[in-house]
Parts: sequence; structure tokens; C-alpha cells
Amino acid sequence: MTALTGDAPPRPAGERLRSGLLTSLLLLPAGLWYLVLLVAPLAIVVVFSFGTRARNGGYAPAFVLDNYVRAIQKSEPFITSLQMAFLGTLGCLLVGLPLAYFMATRAGRRKGLLVLLLVVPFWTSFLIRTYAWLLILGPDTGLAGIVLSVTGTEIQILGTGIAVLIGLVYGYLPLMVFPLYVTLERMDRTLLEASKDLGAGRWATFRQITLPIALPGLVTGSILVFIPMMGEYVIPQILGYGRTYLMGNALVTDFLEARNWPSGSARAVFLIIMMIVTIAGYIWFVNRGRRTREVSVL
Amino acid sequence: MTAPAVARPAAGEVRRPTARPGVDRWSVAVEGFFRAHAALVYAFLYLPIAVVVLFAFNGTTGSSTQWGGFSTRWFGIALGDEVVTTSLLNSLIIAIPNAFMATAFGTMAALGLQRAGRKVRLSFDVLTYMSVIVPEIVIALSTLVLFATSFNLIDSLFGVKPAFGHLTVIAAHVLFNTSLVLLLVRARLSGMDRTLVDASADLFATPWRTFRQITFPQLLPAIVAGFLLSFTFSFDDFVITSFVSGPGSSTLPLFIFGQVKRAVTPETNAVAAMMLAFTLLMLLAGQAILTWQARRAGRRADAGMAAIVTER
Repeated sequence: MTALTGDAPPRPAGERLRSGLLTSLLLLPAGLWYLVLLVAPLAIVVVFSFGTRARNGGYAPAFVLDNYVRAIQKSEPFITSLQMAFLGTLGCLLVGLPLAYFMATRAGRRKGLLVLLLVVPFWTSFLIRTYAWLLILGPDTGLAGIVLSVTGTEIQILGTGIAVLIGLVYGYLPLMVFPLYVTLERMDRTLLEASKDLGAGRWATFRQITLPIALPGLVTGSILVFIPMMGEYVIPQILGYGRTYLMGNALVTDFLEARNWPSGSARAVFLIIMMIVTIAGYIWFVNRGRRTREVSVL
Repeated sequence: MTAPAVARPAAGEVRRPTARPGVDRWSVAVEGFFRAHAALVYAFLYLPIAVVVLFAFNGTTGSSTQWGGFSTRWFGIALGDEVVTTSLLNSLIIAIPNAFMATAFGTMAALGLQRAGRKVRLSFDVLTYMSVIVPEIVIALSTLVLFATSFNLIDSLFGVKPAFGHLTVIAAHVLFNTSLVLLLVRARLSGMDRTLVDASADLFATPWRTFRQITFPQLLPAIVAGFLLSFTFSFDDFVITSFVSGPGSSTLPLFIFGQVKRAVTPETNAVAAMMLAFTLLMLLAGQAILTWQARRAGRRADAGMAAIVTER
């Protein structure tokens, strides 16, 4: 406590010890929580993934690779998840890119308001906003009902992949728009004028200036929506009536209905590995030597 | 940046008269497209919320989703429904302690990480991002498996079997929300003005006094935002709650999901509308506190919560 100036002598050992103790105390609760409720559950899942199903469900110790073999043989949920997540990411991109561009370059003083309006639904219940689509697309009051009364043809949207896709794009769109908006907002606008002055058309300017600048935001946004879409459970359950069978549904079936913990664990490990690979690829992309602006994952 | 900024208006003035009318019409079309697209997306974002609120005022007496005139009767029915009030109570019993714990743990960890070595910081970073990025369903199921396994172990060792209930849900919620608060407070810390802390030390303030009078007030907006978001996320959470709750700790989202799986009734919508109103009020209150705090500190009132959450 006597060390008040910058060139003070090294602090005495007692004080250093006390300072270290304070640091540890500050980190203790969060560290404990991470250890018990993040590291331990994931570790137990990895261990269980090599075990066998106990006779009355659950886990029996063993070291077999059967669960992984099974997860690969019955990889349909994984493939469906990949397809849906890919289409959902593409949908978010198609809807989100023009919006982010508008917000960054044309919204003027209303920028702050537009960002706020984008965040607000994101703060409200995901479950409620998802089931609302039952009312919007459904046969009673929704789109299917309107189509029936106008054209006389019966259409079924709910319970199909299209309903799930609408739910995915709706639910995760803001996560795509934010990083895109941030990168486009930082863009040096004089580059656009220079491009125009040099005789480039709109498309050439977009392809050669805007898109390369937006690329880091585009990649960040795609990862931010792709990963949770891979593990989505509520949307296929509600809007897909459980018929669009994604990884999330398969995990729940394995763990709770079949009570085959090892099999579910192997699937979970697959999902985690896939996630780690995606993020490793992302980190490589961000740091690939060039002076690319770092865009945080959150 | 400064030189082109000065040159820009002049260049614009020179160029504008030379633009051909054909190009202008094209610009108008592009401009129109962007505007229309943005308007449509915002309508898309708010349509579900509007529909739920609208149908909460549906006067129909049956359980169908057909429109039966404007009425507030379903709000009364929902509030008189014992299942709803019990679920609401459970939601609060879980969300409030969760918010206090997550805010304390996250803020403490953010302050601790500032003082910690590189290795500790790096491992915390990995864990924090993991807890945010690993799909919720994976965390939920693996936490369930961990709890079930360790409860069985405790049962066989001591003959007492802990049960799933409020505590298991709170414990699981605190994990995610601690990371959330940690990220918010750290972002604020890294953007903080260090010179004030140095000045305070030069003026012979004790470290504790410096923290109380300089650091803490500067962190307060992030802490308030973290608290409110932790509360809301816990209050609205469905996936984790549904797997680690017990028979006596069913929350409002679980009630809504149960209804939705059977059939959406006007009562479902009334409960949902009240939940939406409640969370939005919380966030507006947070926004007001932050604006007031910023104004009192003499700073420009910025976008508040939104700015903190989207800071980076």
C-alpha cells in the first residue's frame, strides 16, 4: 500500500501473497461453476460415449466403440441438421445482408433506433416467438387458412421442413445482422466513391469493395447462426411437429426415451467435435496473417 | 480519414450535376428496394409478437384459435389458474437468485481476470466461450446426466437421494448467465479510463476506496445490464429448465410448452403476452436506469443496453 508511484520498489512478499489470494477468491465462484457444471458434464458425456446401455437404461461401464459406429450408421439426424442449418444460414444471409447494408449506409440518424429494434425481440422469449408461428402459418387463423378460403386449396406448412426453416431464419436473424452491420458500419465510405469515380458499376463496386470488406462479418454471422441451428430443439419440436428430425430431437430420444445414455453421448460428442472444428476454422480465418479486423464471437 | 472527409463535400458538389437521369432512376429503385426490404424485415421480426398479443385479447369461449371478438377475459382466467400462478412463482424463485449469483460471480471473475496471469486468463476465455457456444440442448442433457449419476452415487453412499428441483435449475442457469455477465463487464473494463485509477492511487486512496469510488461506478451500467439480462434469460429459458427441473419446479415456459404441444388456447396467449410485457418492462427499466446514470455522470446518454450488448 506504500507503492504509490510508478517506479516503486517490488512489493514485499506478504503483500504479493495477499494480492494473489484476492485474485483467486475473485475467480473462485465462476471457476467452480465452470468446473462442476461445464467441464464435468462434458467430460462425463465423453466417458459415457464409450460405455454400453445398462439393462434398465442409463450407463454401464465399458470401453467399446459401438456407439460411434451406430451414430455414423444412423447419421440421418446429423445430415438433416446439416442441411437445415445450411439452408437456415443461407436464408439469414439473404435476408440479413441487405438489411445490414441499409442500416450501415442509409439509415442516418435512425441507426441507433434500428439496432435497438433488432435487439428487443431477441430479448423476449424464444419459445413464445416460435409458437406464434403456429398461429401465423396455421389452418385456423393463419396463412394456410387464408389460402384455403381464397383459392380453395388446402396447403400444409406446419409440420414440414419449410415451417422449421422459417422458424430458424426468424429466430437467428439478428445474430447474422449484428456482425454484418458492425463491419459495414466501419467501412471507409470514400472507397465506394473512389470506385465510382474510377468508373466501376454498382455490381463491380459491391463485388470488389463491399463484399471483401463485409467478409469477416459475414463469416462471424454465419458461424453465430450455424452452430445453434445445428443443435436446435425447440423449433423442430413445435413448428415441425417433431417430424423434421434434427440432432436435438435425436439426442432427446436417445437420452430420455430410449434411455440409451452411451448412444446419446456419442451423438453429443459428434456435435461438439463439429462445433470445435467450425470454430477452429473460424479462428484460423480471422488470424490468417492479413490485417483482418478481429471480430469477437459475441 | 480526416483528409478525405474534408474533400468529400466538394467532390460531391462537382459530381452531382453531371449525373445522368437514367442513373438517377436506377438509384431511386435501389434506394426503394433497400427501404422496402428493411421495412419488411422489421415487420417479420415483430409480427409473431403482435399476433400473440392480439390473440391474447381473443374473446372466443372455445379452445380454438378462431377469432371471437375483443375481450380481456382470458387474462383473468390465466391469473386465476393455479397452475399459472404456481409456475410464475417457480419462475421467480429461480430467476431472482440466479440473477444475483450470476451477477456477483461474473463481475468478480471479470475483476479477477484483470489481475490474473496469462494462462488463467486463457483457460477462462475458453470456458466462457464454450459455455456460450455449446448448443443449449447438449449442455442441458449432459447436466441432467451428471446430476442423475451423482445423485445415484450419493444415494448409494449416504442413503439420501437429492432431488431435481429449484436448486438444480438455478445451478444450471447460473453457468450461462455468469459467462454473460463476465463478457459484459470485461468489455466495459477494457474500455475504461485507467488514468482515473492511477490518479486516485496518486491521491493516496486505498485500493478498496479506488474501487468503490472510481472503478465500480464506471462498471455499474454493465453490471445492471448483466443483472437484467440474467434475470430475463432465466425467466424465459425453456430447454435447460425442462431437463433439470423436478416435478415441483415447473416454470412458465414449461407451462407454455405443455399447452403448445396440445393446442394453443387464448389462455396460452394471455400468459405469453404477460410474459412479453414483463420482460420488456424490465429491459425498459434497465434502459432508463442506464440513461439516468449516464446523465448524472455528465456523459452523453448513448444507446444504453443495446450499446453495451452490441459493444464489440
